[in-house]
Amino acid sequence: MSLPLTTVGSSLFLDETQKAKKYLMSLVSEGVSQAVSTGLYKSLFLARRSEEYIVKHYPENQMRSPMHMSMGQEFVSVGVCSALEGKGDIFASYRSHAAFLAQTHDTDRFFAELYGRMSGTGEGKGGSMHLAAPDSGHLLSSGVVATQIPVAIGAAFANARLRTGRTAVAFFGDGATDAGVFWESVNAASLFRLPVMFVCEDNGYAVDTPRAARQTFESLTEAVRPFGCDVYEDDSGDVESVYLLARRAAETARSKRRPAFLNIKCCRFLEHVGTGEDWHWGYRDKEATVRDWIARDAVITQRRRLLALGVAEQEIVALEGEVESIVRRSVERAVAAAIPGPERLYAGVFHAKA
Amino acid sequence: MRKLDYSGAIREAMSQEMERDERVFVYGIGVPTFSKIFGTTNGLQEKFGPERCFDTPISEDAMTGFGLGAAIRGLRPIHVHIRVDFMLLATNQLVNMVSNYIYSTGGKLSVPLVVRAVIGRGWGQGAQHSKSLFSNFTHIPGLKVIAPTTPADAKGMLTAAIRDDNPVICFEHRWLYWAEEDVPEEPYETPLGVGRILRPGKDVTIVGLSWMNVEARLAADILARRGVSVEIVDPRTLVPLDEKLIVESVARTGRCVIADCDWVNSGFSAELSALVNEKCFGRLKTPVRRIGFAHTPCPTVRELENEFYPNAKTIVRNVEEMLGLEPANLDSEDFFSHERRFRGPF
Ligand SMILES: Cc1ncc(C[n+]2csc(CCOP(=O)(O)OP(=O)(O)O)c2C)c(N)n1
Ligand SMILES: [Mg+2]
Repeated sequence: MSLPLTTVGSSLFLDETQKAKKYLMSLVSEGVSQAVSTGLYKSLFLARRSEEYIVKHYPENQMRSPMHMSMGQEFVSVGVCSALEGKGDIFASYRSHAAFLAQTHDTDRFFAELYGRMSGTGEGKGGSMHLAAPDSGHLLSSGVVATQIPVAIGAAFANARLRTGRTAVAFFGDGATDAGVFWESVNAASLFRLPVMFVCEDNGYAVDTPRAARQTFESLTEAVRPFGCDVYEDDSGDVESVYLLARRAAETARSKRRPAFLNIKCCRFLEHVGTGEDWHWGYRDKEATVRDWIARDAVITQRRRLLALGVAEQEIVALEGEVESIVRRSVERAVAAAIPGPERLYAGVFHAKA
Repeated sequence: MRKLDYSGAIREAMSQEMERDERVFVYGIGVPTFSKIFGTTNGLQEKFGPERCFDTPISEDAMTGFGLGAAIRGLRPIHVHIRVDFMLLATNQLVNMVSNYIYSTGGKLSVPLVVRAVIGRGWGQGAQHSKSLFSNFTHIPGLKVIAPTTPADAKGMLTAAIRDDNPVICFEHRWLYWAEEDVPEEPYETPLGVGRILRPGKDVTIVGLSWMNVEARLAADILARRGVSVEIVDPRTLVPLDEKLIVESVARTGRCVIADCDWVNSGFSAELSALVNEKCFGRLKTPVRRIGFAHTPCPTVRELENEFYPNAKTIVRNVEEMLGLEPANLDSEDFFSHERRFRGPF
């Protein structure tokens, strides 16, 4: 069975003709090779299709844990993780499906963890909010808002000391910038001259509370600037724009030995937690959201870009088919995988010396 | 063997481990500056440089996360808090992040983080500079918790903690820093999770925590003069607890006093008492007794502070009651007073 692109159980995703043209980027970005553009599309499509499988199978009640979907925001983590070419150390929030997959491409361990299986990243003890595959550079996801941010600066310190060549990245929502520990971390990282990347996935809401109801300052980026880090803003909604920005930010951070703060505007397509839509909550206007964001969905934009670059439709379809079967097989493997036995409950509270 | 005080023992453990392993570093508010955390970090910055011994902003929350990040990316941090009261700001990271990181990766990862917390009493510290809060942390699965009493244990256990691949919280009572004894010069590990009989006896077991072992020794001397033989058991490690040592001691003596330097209510003494009641029920000649702080915020004025804290006298009185002895006249006894040694300000 094959799912059509970005249409699972939802009226959300519009066809080409409804797109508001004014938001479309010029399709060819300078400094991005076709191979990179294709890779970005593949990562976007992997994250999107994986979450569509979650949407599809969640009602079966086998993935029993709160899901905070990345859908709509994937381009942020895909852009940043791709810019770091696997050399990122990723610290993410509970909304980290896309970051995890962008960094690791490991759908097997991903789905196994969501299904609570021994073969998952944490043999099911972590789940969607606590994904961790340090061997692949996804260090942790965390369910308490902002807690991952300071951990990233410690990793940046270790990476500098040990000269690993890796770049620590903290992904967090705009809500996390309400938290004191965000400001503590920006200050400490600037003070210690750590080339860490603070990436705000700014979807404008903490659950259903808009930023204006939580913060007095007009511009978050301007509030961060005086700490002595480099600040960047992006509201393109476009993966290549984020990719280029992240490359520049990472290079500057490394050469100037100071943090980068990236505020990337984005839009969460689904409800805060769960796999459905939330227009009935009434906190955001469907029409405006569709016009400003959903109509210029980064996944579809990137597909169009590939076509504009001269990639043949069949090639794209083949790539999508390949990703699709990877995702499908991962789900099948997860479903069939072993559930941890009761003896695993007490295992692993402490690390046992090998 | 040469004598060393507790503060020197802590410093020597860190210094030797920093020498042995480049990945070890120590940081925290005031760590390399004037106070040097009661001398425990003397000379470390001079010896190892500002990359391995450094001060931080007053950001306990972020700096604890920093320690976790450094630990999971290959370093071995030692984070120091000059008061456990200030470590409360680190609770979010310790309880929500540090303690469960290993578990949520299926036990495959290590978190070699040591957090040193100074606890204890002294000279009008008042309600915000005097807590112990052992049970706040022993309550949390995934954290090892130690509270060495003697200088030799302090050196060996801190060394073991630094080499441990799990997060370890080390509680150090500030009055212990001046305690002196023979401490081996070479590096050594005193294994975590193994308690110690500080004094053998047969009539009553006192399970002492941290400073209260000093009071217990004094109480034991006083009681010995009346023919009462006291056994003092120092668990040293609270998590994982050496249950066997405690249970065997109480099974022998049939009596147990738990002397904690913390609040009694929901304190670690409750855990120890439950253990003894479960495992020694038929052997107990009298109910288990618990000694600890009065259930009030810590008062500042000296006269009330003296009422707030238990001491050797409290222990003696409890043992007398358990044994049905008349209270002895203790007027001529010399109880420990920190003021002889310390007159402030911090
Ligand atoms: C410290 C803390 N407080 C409250 C919550 C409940 N909560 C979960 S997500 C969330 C909103 C966070 O918004 P944001 O940081 O913008 O991230 P987004 O969900 O938009 O990605 C809240 C309040 C929490 N998880 N942690
Ligand atoms: Mg948000």
